Amino acid sequence: MIPDLGKYADSVLSSYAASFILLAMLVFLTIRRGRKARHALEAIERKKKSDG
Amino acid sequence: MSVTDQKPIPKRPSSFWSYANPVKFLAFSERVMPALWWLAGICLLVGLVWGFFFTPDDFRQGSTVKIIYLHVPSALMAINAWFMMLVASLIWIIRRHHVSALAAKAAAPVGVVMTVIALVTGAIWGQPMWGTWWAWDPRLTSFLILFLFYLGYIALWEAIEDPDTAADLTSVLCLVGSVFAVLSRYAVNFWNQGLHQGASLSLDKEENVADVFYFPLLVAIAGFVLLFLVLVLYRTGTEIRLRRTRALMAREART
Repeated sequence: MIPDLGKYADSVLSSYAASFILLAMLVFLTIRRGRKARHALEAIERKKKSDG
Repeated sequence: MSVTDQKPIPKRPSSFWSYANPVKFLAFSERVMPALWWLAGICLLVGLVWGFFFTPDDFRQGSTVKIIYLHVPSALMAINAWFMMLVASLIWIIRRHHVSALAAKAAAPVGVVMTVIALVTGAIWGQPMWGTWWAWDPRLTSFLILFLFYLGYIALWEAIEDPDTAADLTSVLCLVGSVFAVLSRYAVNFWNQGLHQGASLSLDKEENVADVFYFPLLVAIAGFVLLFLVLVLYRTGTEIRLRRTRALMAREART
Protein backbone atom coordinates (compact mmCIF):
# COMPACT_ATOMS: atom_id res chain seq x y z
CA MET A 1 0.00 0.00 0.00
CA ILE A 2 2.74 2.46 0.94
CA PRO A 3 4.70 3.47 -2.16
CA ASP A 4 8.36 2.56 -2.34
CA LEU A 5 10.06 5.60 -0.84
CA GLY A 6 13.55 4.19 -1.21
CA LYS A 7 16.36 5.57 0.90
CA TYR A 8 14.34 8.66 1.80
CA ALA A 9 11.53 6.73 3.52
CA ASP A 10 12.53 8.00 6.99
CA SER A 11 12.51 11.64 5.88
CA VAL A 12 9.16 11.45 4.09
CA LEU A 13 7.37 9.42 6.76
CA SER A 14 8.69 11.53 9.64
CA SER A 15 7.58 14.72 7.85
CA TYR A 16 4.06 13.36 7.50
CA ALA A 17 3.99 12.02 11.06
CA ALA A 18 5.20 15.32 12.58
CA SER A 19 2.71 17.36 10.53
CA PHE A 20 -0.25 15.13 11.35
CA ILE A 21 0.57 15.19 15.07
CA LEU A 22 0.86 19.00 15.08
CA LEU A 23 -2.37 19.49 13.10
CA ALA A 24 -4.27 16.95 15.22
CA MET A 25 -3.10 18.66 18.43
CA LEU A 26 -4.13 22.06 17.07
CA VAL A 27 -7.62 20.86 16.14
CA PHE A 28 -8.06 18.92 19.41
CA LEU A 29 -6.97 21.83 21.64
CA THR A 30 -9.07 24.31 19.63
CA ILE A 31 -12.22 22.22 20.04
CA ARG A 32 -11.57 21.45 23.71
CA ARG A 33 -11.06 25.13 24.57
CA GLY A 34 -14.12 26.09 22.52
CA ARG A 35 -16.35 23.58 24.31
CA LYS A 36 -15.14 24.74 27.74
CA ALA A 37 -15.83 28.37 26.83
CA ARG A 38 -19.29 27.50 25.51
CA HIS A 39 -20.23 25.55 28.68
CA ALA A 40 -18.90 28.28 30.97
CA LEU A 41 -20.96 30.94 29.18
CA GLU A 42 -24.09 28.78 29.17
CA ALA A 43 -23.71 28.11 32.91
CA ILE A 44 -23.34 31.78 33.81
CA GLU A 45 -26.24 32.79 31.54
CA ARG A 46 -28.44 30.09 33.11
CA LYS A 47 -27.51 31.35 36.56
CA LYS A 48 -28.23 34.93 35.54
CA LYS A 49 -31.65 33.92 34.24
CA SER A 50 -32.55 31.95 37.36
CA ASP A 51 -31.45 34.84 39.60
CA GLY A 52 -33.68 37.15 37.59
CA MET B 1 -53.82 53.94 6.02
CA SER B 2 -54.13 50.45 7.41
CA VAL B 3 -51.18 48.38 8.46
CA THR B 4 -51.54 46.12 5.44
CA ASP B 5 -51.30 49.11 3.09
CA GLN B 6 -47.86 49.98 4.29
CA LYS B 7 -45.02 49.12 1.97
CA PRO B 8 -42.62 46.54 3.41
CA ILE B 9 -39.32 48.04 4.43
CA PRO B 10 -36.74 46.80 1.92
CA LYS B 11 -34.24 44.50 3.54
CA ARG B 12 -30.81 46.10 3.41
CA PRO B 13 -28.06 43.81 2.22
CA SER B 14 -25.79 43.12 5.17
CA SER B 15 -22.43 44.78 4.77
CA PHE B 16 -19.10 43.30 5.74
CA TRP B 17 -19.00 45.61 8.76
CA SER B 18 -22.21 44.18 10.19
CA TYR B 19 -20.16 41.12 11.20
CA ALA B 20 -18.38 43.35 13.71
CA ASN B 21 -21.45 42.63 15.82
CA PRO B 22 -20.43 39.58 17.92
CA VAL B 23 -23.95 38.07 17.88
CA LYS B 24 -24.14 38.33 14.10
CA PHE B 25 -20.61 37.01 13.72
CA LEU B 26 -21.39 33.97 15.90
CA ALA B 27 -24.61 33.25 14.00
CA PHE B 28 -22.78 33.47 10.67
CA SER B 29 -19.83 31.33 11.75
CA GLU B 30 -22.09 28.65 13.28
CA ARG B 31 -23.92 28.49 9.96
CA VAL B 32 -20.87 28.10 7.71
CA MET B 33 -18.52 26.08 9.90
CA PRO B 34 -19.97 22.57 9.34
CA ALA B 35 -19.54 22.94 5.57
CA LEU B 36 -16.04 24.37 6.02
CA TRP B 37 -14.96 21.48 8.29
CA TRP B 38 -16.11 19.00 5.66
CA LEU B 39 -14.53 20.86 2.75
CA ALA B 40 -11.23 21.26 4.60
CA GLY B 41 -11.17 17.56 5.51
CA ILE B 42 -12.01 16.44 1.98
CA CYS B 43 -9.43 18.74 0.32
CA LEU B 44 -6.72 17.70 2.78
CA LEU B 45 -7.51 14.02 2.33
CA VAL B 46 -7.65 14.19 -1.47
CA GLY B 47 -4.58 16.43 -1.82
CA LEU B 48 -2.37 14.46 0.55
CA VAL B 49 -3.48 10.99 -0.60
CA TRP B 50 -3.10 12.02 -4.24
CA GLY B 51 0.32 13.53 -3.58
CA PHE B 52 1.62 10.73 -1.38
CA PHE B 53 0.32 7.65 -3.21
CA PHE B 54 -0.26 8.67 -6.81
CA THR B 55 2.61 10.95 -7.84
CA PRO B 56 6.00 9.78 -9.08
CA ASP B 57 9.39 10.51 -7.52
CA ASP B 58 11.30 13.54 -8.75
CA PHE B 59 14.33 12.74 -10.92
CA ARG B 60 16.63 14.77 -8.63
CA GLN B 61 14.95 14.74 -5.23
CA GLY B 62 13.58 11.20 -5.28
CA SER B 63 10.66 10.50 -2.96
CA THR B 64 11.42 13.54 -0.77
CA VAL B 65 9.37 15.56 -3.27
CA LYS B 66 6.30 14.19 -1.43
CA ILE B 67 7.15 16.55 1.44
CA ILE B 68 6.10 19.43 -0.83
CA TYR B 69 2.40 18.70 -0.10
CA LEU B 70 2.95 19.65 3.54
CA HIS B 71 5.83 22.09 3.37
CA VAL B 72 4.53 24.52 0.74
CA PRO B 73 0.92 24.81 2.02
CA SER B 74 2.04 25.24 5.64
CA ALA B 75 4.66 27.86 4.70
CA LEU B 76 2.10 29.68 2.59
CA MET B 77 -0.37 29.71 5.47
CA ALA B 78 2.29 30.77 7.99
CA ILE B 79 2.89 33.94 5.97
CA ASN B 80 -0.73 34.58 5.00
CA ALA B 81 -1.98 34.03 8.56
CA TRP B 82 0.24 36.93 9.57
CA PHE B 83 -1.23 39.06 6.76
CA MET B 84 -4.73 38.17 7.90
CA MET B 85 -3.70 39.27 11.43
CA LEU B 86 -2.30 42.48 9.94
CA VAL B 87 -5.60 43.30 8.20
CA ALA B 88 -7.58 42.49 11.37
CA SER B 89 -5.16 44.61 13.45
CA LEU B 90 -5.54 47.56 11.08
CA ILE B 91 -9.33 47.25 11.33
CA TRP B 92 -8.97 47.34 15.12
CA ILE B 93 -6.67 50.37 15.03
CA ILE B 94 -8.84 52.31 12.58
CA ARG B 95 -12.40 51.24 13.39
CA ARG B 96 -12.09 49.75 16.91
CA HIS B 97 -14.12 46.61 16.14
CA HIS B 98 -13.52 44.13 18.96
CA VAL B 99 -14.28 41.10 16.80
CA SER B 100 -11.40 41.98 14.46
CA ALA B 101 -8.95 42.21 17.37
CA LEU B 102 -10.21 38.83 18.65
CA ALA B 103 -9.91 37.33 15.15
CA ALA B 104 -6.25 38.40 15.02
CA LYS B 105 -5.69 36.88 18.46
CA ALA B 106 -7.45 33.67 17.38
CA ALA B 107 -5.32 33.33 14.22
CA ALA B 108 -1.94 33.53 15.97
CA PRO B 109 -1.80 29.98 17.42
CA VAL B 110 -2.91 28.57 14.06
CA GLY B 111 -0.19 30.59 12.34
CA VAL B 112 2.44 29.43 14.79
CA VAL B 113 1.58 25.77 14.17
CA MET B 114 1.77 26.35 10.41
CA THR B 115 5.18 27.97 10.89
CA VAL B 116 6.42 25.04 12.98
CA ILE B 117 5.21 22.55 10.35
CA ALA B 118 7.01 24.55 7.63
CA LEU B 119 10.22 24.71 9.67
CA VAL B 120 10.16 21.04 10.71
CA THR B 121 9.31 19.65 7.27
CA GLY B 122 11.86 22.03 5.72
CA ALA B 123 14.59 20.78 8.06
CA ILE B 124 13.69 17.13 7.40
CA TRP B 125 13.66 17.81 3.65
CA GLY B 126 16.87 19.85 3.78
CA GLN B 127 18.91 17.18 5.51
CA PRO B 128 19.06 14.67 2.61
CA MET B 129 18.99 17.36 -0.12
CA TRP B 130 21.39 19.99 1.23
CA GLY B 131 23.26 17.81 3.71
CA THR B 132 22.18 19.98 6.64
CA TRP B 133 19.10 20.41 8.81
CA TRP B 134 19.51 24.17 8.95
CA ALA B 135 21.35 26.95 7.16
CA TRP B 136 21.35 30.68 7.90
CA ASP B 137 19.81 31.24 4.52
CA PRO B 138 17.72 34.44 3.99
CA ARG B 139 14.39 32.66 3.68
CA LEU B 140 15.01 30.23 6.54
CA THR B 141 16.26 32.98 8.83
CA SER B 142 13.37 35.33 8.10
CA PHE B 143 10.99 32.42 8.70
CA LEU B 144 12.59 31.72 12.07
CA ILE B 145 12.20 35.40 13.00
CA LEU B 146 8.55 35.25 11.89
CA PHE B 147 8.11 32.27 14.26
CA LEU B 148 9.62 34.32 17.11
CA PHE B 149 7.25 37.19 16.27
CA TYR B 150 4.32 34.78 16.53
CA LEU B 151 5.49 33.69 19.99
CA GLY B 152 5.99 37.31 21.05
CA TYR B 153 2.53 38.23 19.76
CA ILE B 154 0.85 35.41 21.73
CA ALA B 155 2.89 36.22 24.86
CA LEU B 156 1.91 39.91 24.64
CA TRP B 157 -1.80 39.07 24.52
CA GLU B 158 -1.38 36.89 27.62
CA ALA B 159 0.77 39.41 29.50
CA ILE B 160 -1.62 42.38 29.41
CA GLU B 161 -4.76 42.29 31.48
CA ASP B 162 -6.76 45.07 29.83
CA PRO B 163 -8.05 43.62 26.53
CA ASP B 164 -8.13 46.96 24.66
CA THR B 165 -4.55 47.80 25.63
CA ALA B 166 -3.50 44.27 24.66
CA ALA B 167 -5.22 44.68 21.29
CA ASP B 168 -3.49 48.06 20.74
CA LEU B 169 0.00 46.78 21.56
CA THR B 170 -0.33 43.49 19.69
CA SER B 171 -1.59 45.41 16.64
CA VAL B 172 1.58 47.50 16.66
CA LEU B 173 3.68 44.34 17.05
CA CYS B 174 1.80 42.82 14.12
CA LEU B 175 2.63 45.84 11.94
CA VAL B 176 6.33 45.52 12.80
CA GLY B 177 6.34 41.75 12.25
CA SER B 178 4.84 42.19 8.79
CA VAL B 179 8.28 43.18 7.56
CA PHE B 180 9.46 39.64 8.31
CA ALA B 181 6.35 38.10 6.79
CA VAL B 182 7.19 39.95 3.57
CA LEU B 183 10.85 38.96 3.86
CA SER B 184 9.87 35.29 4.36
CA ARG B 185 8.04 35.43 1.06
CA TYR B 186 10.48 37.46 -1.01
CA ALA B 187 13.86 36.86 0.66
CA VAL B 188 14.95 34.51 -2.12
CA ASN B 189 14.36 37.29 -4.64
CA PHE B 190 16.23 39.94 -2.63
CA TRP B 191 19.36 37.90 -1.97
CA ASN B 192 20.89 35.46 -4.39
CA GLN B 193 22.92 33.61 -1.82
CA GLY B 194 21.24 30.85 0.19
CA LEU B 195 20.20 27.27 -0.30
CA HIS B 196 16.47 27.69 -0.60
CA GLN B 197 14.99 27.54 -4.10
CA GLY B 198 12.67 30.16 -5.59
CA ALA B 199 8.88 29.99 -5.64
CA SER B 200 7.31 26.56 -6.22
CA LEU B 201 4.08 28.19 -7.33
CA SER B 202 4.24 31.21 -9.55
CA LEU B 203 2.34 32.98 -12.30
CA ASP B 204 5.46 32.40 -14.36
CA LYS B 205 4.89 28.96 -15.92
CA GLU B 206 8.62 28.32 -16.29
CA GLU B 207 9.17 28.66 -12.56
CA ASN B 208 6.35 26.28 -11.53
CA VAL B 209 6.75 22.67 -10.46
CA ALA B 210 5.67 20.07 -13.04
CA ASP B 211 1.94 19.55 -13.52
CA VAL B 212 2.04 16.06 -12.02
CA PHE B 213 3.03 17.63 -8.67
CA TYR B 214 1.23 20.93 -9.22
CA PHE B 215 -2.42 19.78 -9.19
CA PRO B 216 -2.34 17.70 -6.00
CA LEU B 217 -0.37 20.55 -4.44
CA LEU B 218 -3.16 22.99 -5.30
CA VAL B 219 -5.74 20.69 -3.65
CA ALA B 220 -3.54 20.37 -0.54
CA ILE B 221 -3.16 24.17 -0.41
CA ALA B 222 -6.96 24.54 -0.66
CA GLY B 223 -7.23 22.12 2.29
CA PHE B 224 -4.79 24.13 4.40
CA VAL B 225 -6.54 27.43 3.54
CA LEU B 226 -9.95 26.01 4.48
CA LEU B 227 -8.58 24.47 7.67
CA PHE B 228 -7.06 27.82 8.63
CA LEU B 229 -10.35 29.58 7.90
CA VAL B 230 -12.51 27.22 9.92
CA LEU B 231 -10.07 27.16 12.84
CA VAL B 232 -9.94 30.97 12.94
CA LEU B 233 -13.76 31.21 12.83
CA TYR B 234 -14.06 28.63 15.63
CA ARG B 235 -11.36 30.22 17.78
CA THR B 236 -12.78 33.74 17.27
CA GLY B 237 -16.14 32.42 18.51
CA THR B 238 -14.36 30.98 21.55
CA GLU B 239 -12.67 34.33 22.26
CA ILE B 240 -16.02 36.15 22.01
CA ARG B 241 -17.62 33.72 24.46
CA LEU B 242 -14.70 33.97 26.89
CA ARG B 243 -14.92 37.77 26.84
CA ARG B 244 -18.69 37.68 27.39
CA THR B 245 -18.23 35.25 30.30
CA ARG B 246 -15.65 37.54 31.90
CA ALA B 247 -17.93 40.56 31.46
CA LEU B 248 -20.88 38.74 33.07
CA MET B 249 -18.72 37.52 35.96
CA ALA B 250 -17.40 41.04 36.53
CA ARG B 251 -20.93 42.41 36.51
CA GLU B 252 -22.05 39.73 38.97
CA ALA B 253 -19.13 40.47 41.27
CA ARG B 254 -20.09 44.18 41.36
CA THR B 255 -23.74 43.49 42.33
